[in-house]
Amino acid sequence: MINLTAVYVLWLRETKRFLRSKSRVVGSLAMPLMFLLFLGLGFRGMAVPGVSGGTGYLDFLLPGILGMSVIFTSMIAGISVLWDREFGFLKEIMVAPVDRTSIILGRIAGGCTTAIIQAASIMVIAAFTGFHLGGVLSIIYESAFIIAIAVAFIGLGLIFASQMSDIQGFNLIINLVIFPLFFLSGALFPISNLPGWLRVFSYLDPLTYGIDGLRGVMTNSSMMAAGADMLVLIAFAAVIVVTGAYLFEKSNVV
Amino acid sequence: MRAINVSGLTKRFGRVTAVNRISFYVEEGEVFGLLGPNGAGKTTTINMLATLINPTSGHAEVAGAVIGRDNYKVRKRIGIVFQDPTLDNKLTGRENLHLHAMLYGLKRGIIKERIRKVLKLIELEGKADMLVGNYSGGMKRRLEIARGLMHKPRVLFLDEPTLGLDAQTRRRIWEYIKSLKQEGMLSVILTTHYMEEADYLADRVAIIDNGKIVAIDTPANLKKSLGGDIIQLYIRGSEKSYRGLIHKINDRIKVKKTDLRLARTQTGEDELLITVEGGNDKVPLIISMAEREGVRVVSLDIHTPSLEDVFLHFTGRNIREDGADGYERNREFIKRMRR
Ligand SMILES: Nc1ncnc2c1ncn2[C@@H]1O[C@H](COP(=O)(O)OP(=O)(O)OP(=O)(O)O)[C@@H](O)[C@H]1O
Ligand SMILES: [Mg+2]
Repeated sequence: MINLTAVYVLWLRETKRFLRSKSRVVGSLAMPLMFLLFLGLGFRGMAVPGVSGGTGYLDFLLPGILGMSVIFTSMIAGISVLWDREFGFLKEIMVAPVDRTSIILGRIAGGCTTAIIQAASIMVIAAFTGFHLGGVLSIIYESAFIIAIAVAFIGLGLIFASQMSDIQGFNLIINLVIFPLFFLSGALFPISNLPGWLRVFSYLDPLTYGIDGLRGVMTNSSMMAAGADMLVLIAFAAVIVVTGAYLFEKSNVV
Repeated sequence: MRAINVSGLTKRFGRVTAVNRISFYVEEGEVFGLLGPNGAGKTTTINMLATLINPTSGHAEVAGAVIGRDNYKVRKRIGIVFQDPTLDNKLTGRENLHLHAMLYGLKRGIIKERIRKVLKLIELEGKADMLVGNYSGGMKRRLEIARGLMHKPRVLFLDEPTLGLDAQTRRRIWEYIKSLKQEGMLSVILTTHYMEEADYLADRVAIIDNGKIVAIDTPANLKKSLGGDIIQLYIRGSEKSYRGLIHKINDRIKVKKTDLRLARTQTGEDELLITVEGGNDKVPLIISMAEREGVRVVSLDIHTPSLEDVFLHFTGRNIREDGADGYERNREFIKRMRR
């Protein structure tokens, strides 16, 4: 049975912690915005190879950058279990009469909220530079993709957190896991430009479908139909979260 | 009904047996002390009873529920203050309490009132809306104790509740714990390094060493069980002279072997402890024997056994000997680094 009060209060905690940590709020926006600014301006006006005409590079890039901000935040939301373990707070949660599923749902809800806040901030800033935001419906579709990406990567964070004993390996994970997944996803260039053997890995990367889906919704230029992207993404997310939850349950608290 | 019933509880970590077939019980309304040197297995015992780790073998009932089988019920009925801090530093004191109350399913209507009450108890009303990261060590500890009590547990676990606190704060925390006891049916299980703490607070004490319980009784009975007085001699001399003296004492005064202890110290002054009936009368004899053996007595002290002596008797170690103080300082240092 899911304990909604516990989910709510754990969500509240994550959200408060995020909003209170100014460096996290600023830091999480700075990198995506720099990518957007420099790559967007640097490749301005260039035709994107492999993309049908009409879509400028900035339009092509924005969904990729959204995906980037989402995977970084949500991966950190998942891995932050490690910080809770390091600072002892995990014990307070784990000794409470709350089932593990609710604890994980609370974390997922918190991670999704921060991901949405960030994506919305990026969109608003992009709108000032002339990006067309689209109607309510497309915003709902975009949110759905952002949440699905967030869930998958929170789950991935949980998987890593339950395999690591301390926060030492954190940078390694960022460099050896997040960046490759980001580059493979086609966030910065169409994956059709990649050599075939490398493209295989792109198809194994859940972010590929998230970004393709976002692109379909935001610019109408995608490889697959958005609905198909969503289905694949949900399948990935489900498998990853269930694995993460299982490993979290099995991992040591003390 | 008993608050806690433990039989044959064992925990192995790989080849290390942290807790080795211990059995004890805690009555309702009782304060039970778990005394032991570093690494004795105190925290491991508490973690098992609080359902955070599974025992390797053995059986335990806590507040009427069996650990491993009814963990949910156990969790609902216990409160716990862990050895290391478990507060969220990025939340305020009040928010930490509120989060706890919600996790334990307290009704919205009573949460506010309950928070107000515990804040008053620990005298932190004025600092309730400050981030916990800015609290002092003593304030954090008090907040954790208050938090452990918020949901009115039947059993409260306190793992070294006053570790690293100054004497004044420690006193105050003792008073809270005492006052809890007067309120009624709450049972408390407390681990500590501080003998005075166990002596002052605990109705009964278990001394645990190397994962085993080596003695269990009221502090008064434990002290009585040693019998007589403790003569503590600070001496200088050669190894040979010491051996001669010990031989003489064993011969003439007939103390049991275990009640005669020689402890080496860094300063060159060694410590000889003799437990004996009618200590005052024996002193002149011991001093003259020491002189004859060529042992110089620097100073001496006679006292009736304290819990410290009991501890020494059963574990063969002074609780401070393996550096309890240095250890604490180290722990404090680590805590500060984390902030
Ligand atoms: N997770 C673990 N993995 C391996 N060994 C462990 C683990 N936890 C505890 N131990 C070992 O079990 C023994 C008992 O440790 P425990 O923490 O219970 O001692 P303690 O009595 O609480 O000591 P202290 O006074 O230092 O807190 C120690 O030898 C410790 O190294
Ligand atoms: Mg301990």
